[in-house]
This record gives sequence, structure tokens and C-alpha cells, in this order.
Amino acid sequence: MTSHDSDGPAGGDAPPADGYLDMDLLRFTTAGSVDDGKSTLIGRLLYDSKSIFEDQLEAIEQASHARGQDDGGVPNLALLTDGLRAEREQGITIDVAYRYFATPRRKFIIADTPGHVQYTRNMVTGASTADLAVILVDAARGVQTQSRRHAFIASLLGIPHVVVAVNKMDLVDYDERVFRAIVDEFSGFAAKLDLRDVDSIPVSALKGDNVVDRSAEMPWYQGSTLLHHLENVSVAGDRNLRDFRFPVQTVIRPDQSFRGFAGTVASGTVRPGEEVLALPAGTRSAVETVTTLDGDLDEARAGEAVVLTLADEIDVSRGDMLVRAGNLPTVATDVEAMLCWMAEEPLQADRHYLLRHTTREVKAFVDEVVYRVDVDTLHRDDADTLALNDIGRVRVTTAAPLFFDPYQANHETGAFILIDPYSNATVAAGMIRGEALSPDAVGREAARLERTAETRMVSPNVVWEGHNVSREEREAEQGHGAAVVWLTGLSGSGKTTIAREVERRLFASGVRTMLLDGDALRHGLNGDLGFSPDDRRENVRRVGETARLFFENGAITFCTFVSPYRADRDRVRALIPPGRFLEILVDVDLETARERDPKKLYARSDAGEIEGLTGVSAPYERPESPELTLDTTRQSVEEAADAVLAALAEAGITA
Amino acid sequence: MATARYRTSHLRTLEAEAIYVMREVAAQFERPVLLFSGGKDSIVMVHLARKAFFPGPIPFPLLHVDTGHNFPETIAFRDRLVEALGVRLEVASVEDAIAKGRVVEETGPEASRNGLQIVPLLDALQEHRYDAAFGGGRRDEEKARAKERFFSHRDRFGQWDPKNQRPELWSLYNGHKNVGETFRVFPLSNWTEMDVWQYIALDDIDIPHLYFAHDREVFDRRGTLLATTDFVELQPGETAERRTVRFRTIGDATCTGAVESTAATLPEIIQEVAAARQTERGGRHDDKRSEAAMEDRKKQGYF
Repeated sequence: MTSHDSDGPAGGDAPPADGYLDMDLLRFTTAGSVDDGKSTLIGRLLYDSKSIFEDQLEAIEQASHARGQDDGGVPNLALLTDGLRAEREQGITIDVAYRYFATPRRKFIIADTPGHVQYTRNMVTGASTADLAVILVDAARGVQTQSRRHAFIASLLGIPHVVVAVNKMDLVDYDERVFRAIVDEFSGFAAKLDLRDVDSIPVSALKGDNVVDRSAEMPWYQGSTLLHHLENVSVAGDRNLRDFRFPVQTVIRPDQSFRGFAGTVASGTVRPGEEVLALPAGTRSAVETVTTLDGDLDEARAGEAVVLTLADEIDVSRGDMLVRAGNLPTVATDVEAMLCWMAEEPLQADRHYLLRHTTREVKAFVDEVVYRVDVDTLHRDDADTLALNDIGRVRVTTAAPLFFDPYQANHETGAFILIDPYSNATVAAGMIRGEALSPDAVGREAARLERTAETRMVSPNVVWEGHNVSREEREAEQGHGAAVVWLTGLSGSGKTTIAREVERRLFASGVRTMLLDGDALRHGLNGDLGFSPDDRRENVRRVGETARLFFENGAITFCTFVSPYRADRDRVRALIPPGRFLEILVDVDLETARERDPKKLYARSDAGEIEGLTGVSAPYERPESPELTLDTTRQSVEEAADAVLAALAEAGITA
Repeated sequence: MATARYRTSHLRTLEAEAIYVMREVAAQFERPVLLFSGGKDSIVMVHLARKAFFPGPIPFPLLHVDTGHNFPETIAFRDRLVEALGVRLEVASVEDAIAKGRVVEETGPEASRNGLQIVPLLDALQEHRYDAAFGGGRRDEEKARAKERFFSHRDRFGQWDPKNQRPELWSLYNGHKNVGETFRVFPLSNWTEMDVWQYIALDDIDIPHLYFAHDREVFDRRGTLLATTDFVELQPGETAERRTVRFRTIGDATCTGAVESTAATLPEIIQEVAAARQTERGGRHDDKRSEAAMEDRKKQGYF
């Protein structure tokens, strides 16, 4: 059936003892169901490259025999690749399993993932680190939905190389026309995707044709065997060596004489003497040394784990990124991304997640699902949310800026995961397409740039590990928790009156408090801002940051702001730990508010003196699920204050 | 020491991956610890930890779960290494756990203390409030480990739930946890036995002489060559004899099998491993108890 090809891979030989210094590493993913012969194919690669040990073989022979699955003395090779007892009993594979084998040329890591529709998340996981994808197509059944799904995921995850293994050629009499028809059909589909390097190989995993050894049955096929292809495909050029990006993992400071930044070079290269810029601070310095235990290096390249020392004492910590001054990543808090949802609980747009990107973690909202992709047809469907195994395009807003490149240009700085802050589970995998620039975002961005032209890098980076006395210590000492109580509502609704009453009562019982009032802050900190949507947004952003400072100081901080935009309030919420931000809607009839009109704003609006008054000529977006709603059309100030105090006690902030 | 750089070498790729993982743990956790058995995998981990934090010291202690059934060479090697590096060593003793009644010694000629390591290990993690423990586990070792994560979540009871593990994408590791929960972290996940040996040769790492061929009194127990020590009694029909052997793994002396070998240098060992037709755990008596033996031990909190 098969013959040894003298020019083929030497997979049958054990690696020579001294050849290993020249070996490199190839990570590939296989996706497919048992029906496609995937497990058999992997079993064949391991078996024919002599990577299966006798005791492993004995174990599966025993197991095959015990279950009556041995077919004519050939053990069920699929048993080699399914691990856990729960799976063996159910006869399915439910997760990514990693397999290893080596030839004299290369070490291989196989991320073996099952192919059913419900396992998209496993395919994505396996594909995230792969250099190459093997897509299995059953020659007798042709290109199936599942093959198309694999191709889409390979494209989405930017796997540089794809091999279409047309399996079970023995069942179609090794007919070249069958192979060609499948290759044509696959190519037609792949043309719609972003696949750069696609090869096709006719194989029979069961019989061994063109897997490790060249087939005698298909003289019409002149190309490589699968293993020969895996051994020779060039992956050296796949890494981004242009754009120097160094996410700092940890600071190494054994004594006063040494301060170095440990990390793995995400992309590009750097040499001593070269100027670098630290993000987010924007400070400049030069690399002094590339330090390792094996001695200082004259260069650090993508993928290498090193310690960099700088010529100047600049402030750099975990989550910061060193880059080259003339080659910056995008710095933004609004990004567009493709997202694969991995949790049973669907995506919720009104709650925050933790977004982990390089060595950085920030709070994030998924503001919008732009569309969901039907992975089988590539159709873009309208969707409000993403459920388990869904893939879609989204807009994400983060509480602090990300420093990123588009995923397709740089996997290391374009990938992120979302973590549920309550369950701690990893709920989604994201691939950044770019900065989100909707028409009004473009305007906002221009305004922001104008305001911060010289200091653009000094964006709201809020890393709070550095407090000398932590909030927790302050809380323990003062005997009550800190919180931010945000009162939102129309002018004249009673926000400030209620907050003053509550603060008075708390202060009387020894509670540390602070009140930030809209008008007061507009006299100082925010004196440069008007009432345009952009300025209102910036107003609320500054107030949020200020509130957070008082919060970290242990105070129950009251903020009384009209704050008409939901997204702005949510951004403040994202700054504060869950359970410590109380959004209170101070609700009132517009007529009642007009009657009160404490600042004569309604009168001036009616007289045409001011424009853009919330509730009259500018919109007010009501909170969707505030922690508390007060109705001051009916409630007295005392009753409203009682309700706020009760809410604070219920949240466990005051005793 | 200026070792030549093998930029694209698979060993340097694996090394960088392990260093990255160790630094993530140091940054994400408050009290990590490195589980040190005295075997080659844990020695390689210590070597990688030196590299990860150089020129600083290794920022976490070592924890040895001591079954009391050690080869004396293992303990001597351990103590030398700890002294040379100036790291703190904690010992969790199975002997003490038995004395305190925390665990009950197995009886009979095939008694093993391997399973008994779980309680003193978990006790030590709790006592010192370690929140992440590095283990030398590799995915190639055993079927149950093929799906193990780099960051493996354990519940408050130290247990591993195969259905409740987080997907790991790219190099983004999620170490978030609730109070009382811990992680086991496996920096060598993607290494094979061959990679470990090649790396030991590449970086010229010192390992105990037990790994090299030497003359020793051994006996055959159901296909496993066990060394005669104070901890094992010969059963009827078993006879001890001197043979030239070496150990492929170093664990509890009562269940760690030797192999007949004349490989006395690292290149010879690599040659031998390359030609081997048995996995290194093939010499582990305890894994043979049932098809799912490892999975069961893992669920309870084994390494």
C-alpha cells in the first residue's frame, strides 16, 4: 500500500542525539469529527513517526479489546487522542487536547479540537496559538459545513498556513477527479476569506497514504506528504519583526543599583542605545542593556523573554508598554473587534467585564454588537447579544486606554480576552480590528486631540496598586466602606438638596463623606467646559476620576450631576469596584422641575438665552437599572434621604 | 557564562514560554510557591525561575512534599541547591501527617505513600496561604494531563474539576480567583521528556547522579525494577541482585522503577530516550492501578 520515499521525511527514525539544536517548533491545530478520520490521522502521524510508546500502545490495545473496538487487530487509534474518563465513557472529546511529536527537523505541538458546532470556542482556543491549521475533508462526502467553519475560524484567528487534507481517498479509488473537485470547491469558499497560504494533500489516514509515507496509489499527486509539508513549511517570517512592542510584565529591582523591566518582546526587535517611549506616560528614554542570566545580549527579538534596563529613571510598571518613538501603536479607549463568546451566560451590554490585553487589565463595556456572523454561511446577521459559540463584530469601550495594533498585523498586541468579574471565568476572545470611529466619535476624538495636543499620551491611565495606604486599610480603620453615590436627574429634581441632607446625617454619625456638585466643579476644575455633548462627556469623565480619588480615600462620595448620557455614567461606574457605585435616579415631573427652577434655567431656556437644556432641548437618557429611584414629585427630602441611607446600609457600606 | 543563542530553537521557544508563565504568576498572585520534588523537571523549573527573575532572586519559596521514602541522594541534592540559590525551602512531611493522624499509611507489600502526599500538600498550601503552586507536570506525561491548562484552577478543597477549566487563548492567562481558591501552574506544559533532557544538556544543568547509569541492588516486581531500600520488603519469590541501572524519574523510592542502562552521560541519555519504547511513567507502579488512576488523583488535588 505504501512505499518509503527516500527523499521523504525521516519520520521513522529516532531524532539524532545532537541534532536537536537545529530543530524549531511548529504548532498546528486539527479540527474535525471522528467521522472525518481526524483522530485516525493524528494517530497515524504519531504512530508512523514512532512517537507512540509501547506502554501507550498496549494500553489502547487493551482498551480497544475490552470495548470490542479493535478492528482486525488494528487498535482504535482514536483512543490515543481522547483523554478524560468522562469523555471516554461518552465517546466524545469535549476540549482541546495537546499532543506532541518530533522529527529530526521539528518539534510539533498539535492542538486537537473537536469539530461539532457547539465547540467553536474550542476551535478558537486551539487556533489562537497555531502556526498552521489542518482542515480535514472526507473525500467521500466532500466539503461539508464543518470544513467551511474550520476555514472561517482559521481565517478569523489569522493562522498563517492552511493544509486541506482530503482524507479517505481509499474510499473513492484514489480518484484524482474527486480530489480536484474538492480542492476547487474549497478554493471557491476560501476566496471569501483571508487565507494567505493554502495547500491541499490527498491522504488516507487509515491506510497511511501520503501521511508520513508517499502513496503508491496516487502517482498523479506530485506534492509533499503531510508530514513532509509540516516539516518544511516556513514559519520564520510569520512573526511581526517590524513593530517593536514590549509589554512590561514585572519590574525587577533586587537592590538600589538595578532596575529592569521584565517581559517577552511581543514583536519587533530592540538593541541597546535605541530610543524608546513608555506608554501610557509618553516619557522617553534609551535602552541601556538587554539583560539575561546568560549574559547581556546585543539584541532582543520577538518571542524572547528578557529584562530591559533604561538609561533614565522613568516611571514604568506592569501593564505599561515600551515602544519605539517613531512607531507607535494606536492608543484608544474605543475599539472595534471580532469577539467569540465562550460562556454559557450570554454577553450583557449593560455590565462591565475585565479586559486582559498584553499584560494589562482594564474594565470594559461591550457597547454594541454590530453584527453576528453565521459561521457556516458567513452571513452577517443583526444581533443584540452573543451567546455561547457565537462570533460577532462589536464595539468595546475601556476605562483606560489600550495600546494596540490590528490583530491581523500583530497577534500579540491585537488579541484580548474578557473576564467576568463575578465568576472570574474567561468569557470571550477578541481580535481588535481597529479604533472605533463612528461619525460622532471622530468629532470627539478631534476635540480630545485638540485639548491634549501636546500630552496625548497622558490619558486616563488609572492603576491603583500604588497607593501607600490602601482603601481597604482606611475602611478597616474608619469602620465603614467607601462608595460613590451618583445622583442623576433633571435640573430642579432635587439631587443636591437630597445629597446635602444625606451627607449631613452621615457626617453627624462620624462617617467620612464628600459631595461633588456640578455647579461647584464648573467653577474650577471644569471651568473650561461648556454644555456641548463632548464637553458634558469630558465634564463627567473628570468628575468620575475625582470621585474615584475621594473613594480611594475612604469617603462615601456624593456626585450630583444632571449627567444625561447613559454611556458617560457607565464609564464612571466602570471606574469603581462592583457594589460600590450606587446610581440613583432622582425622578421628577418636568412640570414640577419647571416650577422649582432653582437656577432659573428653564426660564432662561424659554427666553431663548440658553440652548441645549436637558429635558427641554437636549435629551436625557434614563438609567436602565439604577440602584435606587427617588420620585421627588411625591417624596419629601426627608423620605428621599431615608431611602438613600437604607440603600447604603443594604449595600453593606454603612452598618 | 555566555551560551550560544539558538534563536529559532524549539528549546529556546519553550524556555521563553515557561519564563513568561512564571513572571505572570509572580505578577498576578500574592503568594506563589514552587513544588520541588528533587526530580529533573522541578530542577529545570528552578533553573527557569532563576532566568525569569535574574538579576533578582527567585521571588517565591520551594515546597517539598516529602514522603519520607527518598533516595538519600535526592535530599542531599535538594539541600545543596537551596543553599546555593539562597531560596527558602518548606517541607511538608507525609511522615508528620501520618504521625498526626491526618492520613493513614497504606499497608501490605505494595503500600505506597504517593496518594498520601495530597493531604500534607493541601495542608501546607493552606497553612502558608500559598495561592499559586508551580508544578512540573507536562501534558505529554499522561492522558489526563493532555488537556491540562497552564493556569489550572483549584477549588477551596484543592480539587480540579475538568469541566470547570478556563479556556486559554494566546498568552493571556487568567489568574482571577475567589478567596480560598488556588491555582496550579505548569510552566513545562508543552515540554516532552526529550525536551527536558535536551534542555538540561543545552544549559548544562546539574542533576542528581541517580539519573545516570550506576550499579545498584534492585529486584523485579511485576516488571518494575525497584531499588532495595529500607522502605521496601522483598516478597516471596523476589530476589535482589546488582545491576547497572538508572532512573528516568525520581519519586518515592517504593514505587519509582529503574531501567537497565549504561547511559552515563547526557548525550547517552538523550540517545537512549530517543530510542526508548516506554514512556517514563511506564516505570511508575502507581499509574498502573487503573486506566483512570491519574485522573482520580488529580481531581483530589494531586500535583
